[in-house]
Amino acid sequence: MELNFTGTDICAVGGTRSPTEAHYDVVVVGAGPSGIAAALEAKQTGASVLLVDENPVSGALMCNDVPLYFGGRMTAATQNSERMLEAVFMSMPALESAIETEVELLLGTSAWGVYRNGPGLQSLPEQVVGLADAERSWLVGFDRIVLATGARDLALAFPGWNQPGVMGAAALQLLLTRYAAFAGRRILILGSHDLALETALLALEHGLEVAGLVEVRAAPQGSAELVAKLVQARIAIHCGAAIASARGGIDGIEAATLTSGETIACDTICAAVGLIPSIELVDAMHGPRELDARRGGYVPRGEPTVSAVGLCAGLADTGFDHIAYRMDWTRALAEVCVPDTIICQCEEVTRADLLGVQPPNYLTRPAPMCARSLETLLEDGPANPDQIKRLTRAGMGVCQGRRCRDQVAMLLALESGQPFAAIPLASHRAPVRPLPMKILADWHEPAEMEAAWDVWFGIPTQWVPVQDIGTPYEDEHRGMLYTGMYE
Amino acid sequence: MSGSEVVIVGGGVTGLSAGWWLARSGVKVTVLDKFIVGWEASGRNGGGASHYSSPLFDEEQRLWPQMDDLLGYPTEHQKERILIAMTERQWEQYRFVAARHQRLDHPVEVLDVKQVQEMVPLAGDNCFGGVHYKFGGHANPQRSVQAYAWALQDLGGTIHQHSPVTGFETAGGKVTAVKTANATYGCDAVVVAAGPQIPKLMAQLGVTVPLAAARAEMIITEPAPMMPIGGVDGHKLYGRQTMRGNLAYGGGPHEWLDVDEAGPAARPSTPLARNLARRLAELLPKAAHLNVIRSWAGVIENSPDGRPIIDRLTSPDNVVVASMSSVGFGLSPASGHAIHDLVIDGKCSFADIDILKLSRFAGLEPDWRERRGWTALA
Ligand SMILES: Cc1cc2nc3c(=O)[nH]c(=O)nc-3n(C[C@H](O)[C@H](O)[C@H](O)COP(=O)(O)OP(=O)(O)OC[C@H]3O[C@@H](n4cnc5c(N)ncnc54)[C@H](O)[C@@H]3O)c2cc1C
Repeated sequence: MELNFTGTDICAVGGTRSPTEAHYDVVVVGAGPSGIAAALEAKQTGASVLLVDENPVSGALMCNDVPLYFGGRMTAATQNSERMLEAVFMSMPALESAIETEVELLLGTSAWGVYRNGPGLQSLPEQVVGLADAERSWLVGFDRIVLATGARDLALAFPGWNQPGVMGAAALQLLLTRYAAFAGRRILILGSHDLALETALLALEHGLEVAGLVEVRAAPQGSAELVAKLVQARIAIHCGAAIASARGGIDGIEAATLTSGETIACDTICAAVGLIPSIELVDAMHGPRELDARRGGYVPRGEPTVSAVGLCAGLADTGFDHIAYRMDWTRALAEVCVPDTIICQCEEVTRADLLGVQPPNYLTRPAPMCARSLETLLEDGPANPDQIKRLTRAGMGVCQGRRCRDQVAMLLALESGQPFAAIPLASHRAPVRPLPMKILADWHEPAEMEAAWDVWFGIPTQWVPVQDIGTPYEDEHRGMLYTGMYE
Repeated sequence: MSGSEVVIVGGGVTGLSAGWWLARSGVKVTVLDKFIVGWEASGRNGGGASHYSSPLFDEEQRLWPQMDDLLGYPTEHQKERILIAMTERQWEQYRFVAARHQRLDHPVEVLDVKQVQEMVPLAGDNCFGGVHYKFGGHANPQRSVQAYAWALQDLGGTIHQHSPVTGFETAGGKVTAVKTANATYGCDAVVVAAGPQIPKLMAQLGVTVPLAAARAEMIITEPAPMMPIGGVDGHKLYGRQTMRGNLAYGGGPHEWLDVDEAGPAARPSTPLARNLARRLAELLPKAAHLNVIRSWAGVIENSPDGRPIIDRLTSPDNVVVASMSSVGFGLSPASGHAIHDLVIDGKCSFADIDILKLSRFAGLEPDWRERRGWTALA
């Protein structure tokens, strides 16, 4: 039978999009100091402005180290969302003034995706940002978006790092300054650059014990002034040493042993080696970004409608090469890690399996599989973290690779003898925050969506069993699966 | 043909499977891919392997359960599927298809709501019923791609990644070499399995291959408790529970694209993730609290009737073209076998695949895309 096509593919996406709920001239993601400043500045030009911030994030997300590396060291207070919300307001008086200027403010609201037309996508009526709170998700249109998403922690693997009490400096600072919800007492700090020194001083200010700092390089790395303050406070900086292992009990970390052999009692090990600009949204929307070693990693290059401010745009450039520093740490820790050291905590991928490009344990490993490794894979082409991720599952878990993506890239650089810059950035994907299916779901989609929805392309001839072609069953089959592509 | 050289353009599942089959016959195989193996549709699909509408179906079904052993690498192949109907209309459609299967002697069982809930722990009582296919199945696309690639190498085949093919050299009615920017690969035969780029490549040989490219999207959740059968779909979704437990699902509106020689410039996903999440939350309500952790898109090509084109050309007569028309992952063990046969004997040894010949589109209107509304949005 000749089919009489209508000229319209009703199963294609044109016209079926779920509508946006609002449109703002400017959307600012992240209500830290630079986000608030950007919102106020936009407001002054008369623009309509929406300012969103995911904080306070839910206790469940914190347990998964999203968005920062909390390492299970938050107190029960973080489970009380009202108290947490209050704490955000208390710690950020500028939020009040933003509200007074009629900036629309939404806290506890994450931006999980930014979408716009471009190569491979022309069906969006406008550029939109996907938002979600504890109840639901929705879309907001915008003319300009400002990303003030800050920076996240660089996690580093060493034997024993995968237990409660190993956390990141940004997470520790947030728990101390904003929420008063840090559950540790005695902290060993990894690193001695400004981030580590500032974290140590902050901990002291909050009446905590600092068990020492550990530095793989021969001398402290941060500003002399901060170093002097720590020396004055009699805090030891163990230079030319790395953490060799951490020991723990039921409540997590109890002590750390350094490569020098010294064992230091502590309940928290704070990784303060680096912060990474939080460019998830930029990368997931295929926005331009570039590696800038002096600004802490990949930073957005900026576009007329997408800009980045604050730490998201890069750490302050003091001339310090953050990448070289992190690679020194990676090299030192590669010496102490054993084959069984877990690199990806979510998927329990060990160092041996990562570098062996081996599949997870629920699959069998026949002899040819065991014979494969990163080394054999490199014969086919340069290392690509997304390919390694597909094979080993490192970075595929619920923390969305926050704990291991940077480490994996550094290990690949190290093991393949390439500079870090030669390793492509593993792709970020929306939703850039884990979002429960029922919250991400669009429960109010337009009727056209259901009418257009087919399991695949809605091509009437695609699914007719080959035996039925040219028989009466052919028409019957097409009729039953009819999608409206032809008359 | 043993000892001769076959160059394969495209390291997706189709090209790699063909290369693996040829290497098993002692043919010297070189696979050229523009980037990394499986980076396009072959590594981004739903992993479904139950293509009863295809002449390659029996071979697909015969081969998948053996693939791990044959390749020597895990593919995560799992047997069987369950379709759950969430609307009255779906229930009617799914039972219709089930009846068809029964007539074709494909083992199926129609399930009532209680049976669905027993077999699919994440399902609810909000469904109309289901159909259990005691055939078909699914595998992990990314692992399968790499399994083909490694198995092919183990048999002495060569893969050059980051090697986009730019053209061909011809002489005496044959392609004598395949060209990339930096090298020329002499050959006795060529397989063009370059997915959406097939039309532009084949145009260089003066051959028109009618294909339209489109983008399709999927979402994936964090791991859920393992279900006894992972191939659960329905509600106009396709997908699977991975062996790790994640729920990976797709379906719904596609977007037609124009793709140039270099391939898709990007594969963006869209807010369609929300519509997918909604349907998945309805299909598997006991998993509705699970986090969605990624979404992605892939670009695939379709022929005017939605069926693959697997054909050996008459001129030049040493070229086999293979487009799987958006249903090529599951069929890959069988499509590779068929391509192998066409390269070596000019004829498929195990099935009548005349319906997949390119010549069926000889009289196709030049504006076939417009007629179907399959054109890219401006
Ligand atoms: C979201 C989605 C879900 C899907 N679900 C299913 C499913 O459940 N079951 C199923 O069976 N199928 C499914 N499909 C379809 C299936 O993925 C494809 O049909 C199949 O992967 C096609 O494989 P291929 O090797 O023919 O093409 P591709 O995977 O497109 O591979 C072509 C290769 O050719 C290379 N190439 C292109 N041009 C050149 C050049 N000039 N030089 C060198 N190399 C070149 C490309 O880099 C690419 O690697 C799905 C597809 C998508 C996108």
